[in-house]
Amino acid sequence: MPKGLTWRISLILIFLILSVVYLTPTLMPKLPSWWEGAIFPKDKIHLGLDLQGGIHLVLEVETQKAVEGQLDIIATDLEDTLNGKNIRFKNVSRLGGDRIAVTLFDKGTAETVQKLLKDKYSRFELQAPFEEGGYQNLQLRMAEAEIKSVKDKSVQQALETIRNRIDQFGVSEPVIQREGISNIVVQLPGVKDPKRAIELIGKTARLEFKLVDEGVDPTTATPGSLPEGDELQMEKRTDPDTGAVSEIPYVLKKKTMITGDLLTDAQVRIDSQFNQPYVAIEFNSVGAKLFDQVTAANVGKRFAIVLDNNVYSAPVIRERISGGSAQISGSFTEKEASDLAIVLRAGALPAPVKIIQNLTVGPSLGQDSIHKGLIAGLVGVLLVIIFMAIYYKLSGMVANTGMVLNLVYLMGALAALGATLTLPGIAAIVLLIGMSVDANVLIFERIREELRLGKTPKAALDAGYDKAFLTIMDSHVTTLITAAVLFQFGTGPVKGFAVSLSLGVIINLFTALIGTKVVFDYFLGRGRAKKISI
Amino acid sequence: MEIIGKTKIDFIGKRKICFTISAIIALLGFVAIAQIVSGSANLGSDFTGGTVLQMKFENRIDIHAARQALSKNGIPADLQEISDGNKLLIKVGKTNLALGKVAGAVEEVFRKEFTANKFTVESSSEIGPSVGDKLRKDTLIAVLISIVGIIIYIAWRFDFKFGVAAAIATFHDVLAIFAIFFLLNKEVNLLLITAALTIAGYSLTDTVVVFDRIRENLHKNMKDSLVTIFNFSINEVMSRTLITSLTTLLAALSLFLFGGEVIHDFAFALVVGILVGTYSSIFVASPLVLVWENRAKQRAA
Repeated sequence: MPKGLTWRISLILIFLILSVVYLTPTLMPKLPSWWEGAIFPKDKIHLGLDLQGGIHLVLEVETQKAVEGQLDIIATDLEDTLNGKNIRFKNVSRLGGDRIAVTLFDKGTAETVQKLLKDKYSRFELQAPFEEGGYQNLQLRMAEAEIKSVKDKSVQQALETIRNRIDQFGVSEPVIQREGISNIVVQLPGVKDPKRAIELIGKTARLEFKLVDEGVDPTTATPGSLPEGDELQMEKRTDPDTGAVSEIPYVLKKKTMITGDLLTDAQVRIDSQFNQPYVAIEFNSVGAKLFDQVTAANVGKRFAIVLDNNVYSAPVIRERISGGSAQISGSFTEKEASDLAIVLRAGALPAPVKIIQNLTVGPSLGQDSIHKGLIAGLVGVLLVIIFMAIYYKLSGMVANTGMVLNLVYLMGALAALGATLTLPGIAAIVLLIGMSVDANVLIFERIREELRLGKTPKAALDAGYDKAFLTIMDSHVTTLITAAVLFQFGTGPVKGFAVSLSLGVIINLFTALIGTKVVFDYFLGRGRAKKISI
Repeated sequence: MEIIGKTKIDFIGKRKICFTISAIIALLGFVAIAQIVSGSANLGSDFTGGTVLQMKFENRIDIHAARQALSKNGIPADLQEISDGNKLLIKVGKTNLALGKVAGAVEEVFRKEFTANKFTVESSSEIGPSVGDKLRKDTLIAVLISIVGIIIYIAWRFDFKFGVAAAIATFHDVLAIFAIFFLLNKEVNLLLITAALTIAGYSLTDTVVVFDRIRENLHKNMKDSLVTIFNFSINEVMSRTLITSLTTLLAALSLFLFGGEVIHDFAFALVVGILVGTYSSIFVASPLVLVWENRAKQRAA
């Protein structure tokens, strides 16, 4: 045997066995039990969303809103502190996107407050105080670095919250990733009800309990005529029979008494009397105490439950509620109630999110694409096999074997590396069918030329492989360059194309230069064959 | 078997015709690219932002009635019938509706106006303008990096004149794809760019095959004129060039014919690219080197 033949054949066989092992889970509808128990791979080839159906969402977190929210919280906190210390002030409020303004009546209190601010809010930059219209003005400014960190945290937190919601919703193999500064990519393969999933993910779910201002008639109130500290909110009611939406106005006290942060649990229950679903919520100890205080002080008034600036319901407080549990009822279906419970359990997003990209592929289209891709591949393989067999006879069949080997290796590599196969990825594989015999064509044409020059089959073979080597490298390297760039910049389907293409090109180098040569070497090696069928 | 035996075609002699044809192709390609950059070309929604729905109906649907129904409801849309099975491709550009609401609005119109004809949404894509802008920029960078990468590789492998000629021939093929898509008013989307870049990598191979042989013969043969050596070399590798293209073309054609609607244009671009790539490696790249060599010699003399 020519030297090196044994290890080359072994290498080819080892790769073949590995490929088949890795492909088994994809090809077998059900794996035998002995396979499951052993260390064999169990993952099928990952299919992209375009092939198996599902949603690909890109969400943008409105991070500036998170900063504003933080400032609002601090402003409220400061107000409470000043009230607690009996310091008189005119106004505490957020100013623009990065500061809190405190307006005071006289210089004396201004100095006290200035000292207090310095101690309590050391993270902030305290601006020089100034006088305007007879009032003393103090401003706290959030530093750039602090703003950046709040924004960053809000995206991180949004990511966690969304992951939590999706986990509870129940999607297998979701991908939830941060992309860039403020974007989040969510991929949900095989989701049956995309609209519902998108709604669940995109909901801010800021839950607030606010008192209804019973002194103002909501039907005649306009935003301009409201007393200070009040706001107008709507309850949207959907008629279950007609689907018509009606709006009921409420005048609420602006101050939020309790927020959704204080919840520990939320579950769907069915009202036994009206057979209506509602969401039962549990507060933590702080929330329970607050709830107890507020209800005790406001018996007979209505307590509005507001989610994302929508009033869900405004039940009358009949008596003091001290157990720390409450319920949210409204005109919703069981599905809506269950989704509401999920978002309440998972918590609110720190800032609203905006959908900037939404690709949805139904399962039937994906199936159709796989089917067509397979047919195109099969036709391609057949055409190439027939052509090569006719044109290069036995040598053509050797090239064909190399091509089929190439395909098996490629699929095996895709499975082993956990790469994702997309429709353009299938296209790349089909294209590779043609390209993989190319290398052999280059070699064969060279061999024919050498034979015409009168060389022996063995010498012609070696010259053919040697002289075609550089050309083959060239073609593979240039294809690899583009594939690498496509991989770096491409998204989803295009990335799949790049993965299939680059893997295929590398494998092809092996099958063309080592795989097919083994066959020729074997037959021409010991003079087994006097002629080369080419 | 052999398709092409020994040939003695005067490829270099046909360079005037070829250069004219190629100049026209390249010019059209430049026009197409100018249109793409200025945004007036038929750009896909992945670059411009917008909404695309693919809907499958139970019964045949009249495309005019569908268009009318949409525009009556304030949704200006571009409709396209898909040949197999009552399918419609609906593209909506900018509307007053918020992103994420357009697909729902379109569905609502069909549910209301064509009550008897049930449908399913096979796919929908909604892309915000900011995403489109970013993708356009990223794609531009990707194209530039690939071109630079390829040029660096050729420059390393060949000497300057061959390198530049190969780069021009490759660029010519990419321009041809854009030119044809422009002439047929086909959509320019991310998949087309992918196809164009793939062709850029692929078509270079053909050129390299020819160049390799020319260089080999230049070293062996010092007596004959350049024209003779070039012609001789191209004739020698003709069958290689044609057959490598043919096998890849067979694969690309089966994708084009059987691969389905989603990658139809993508496969079409590959087919065009392979054909043009073969042409350019024979009729554009080598004559370019020759013209350059001759000019250099004349100047020296």
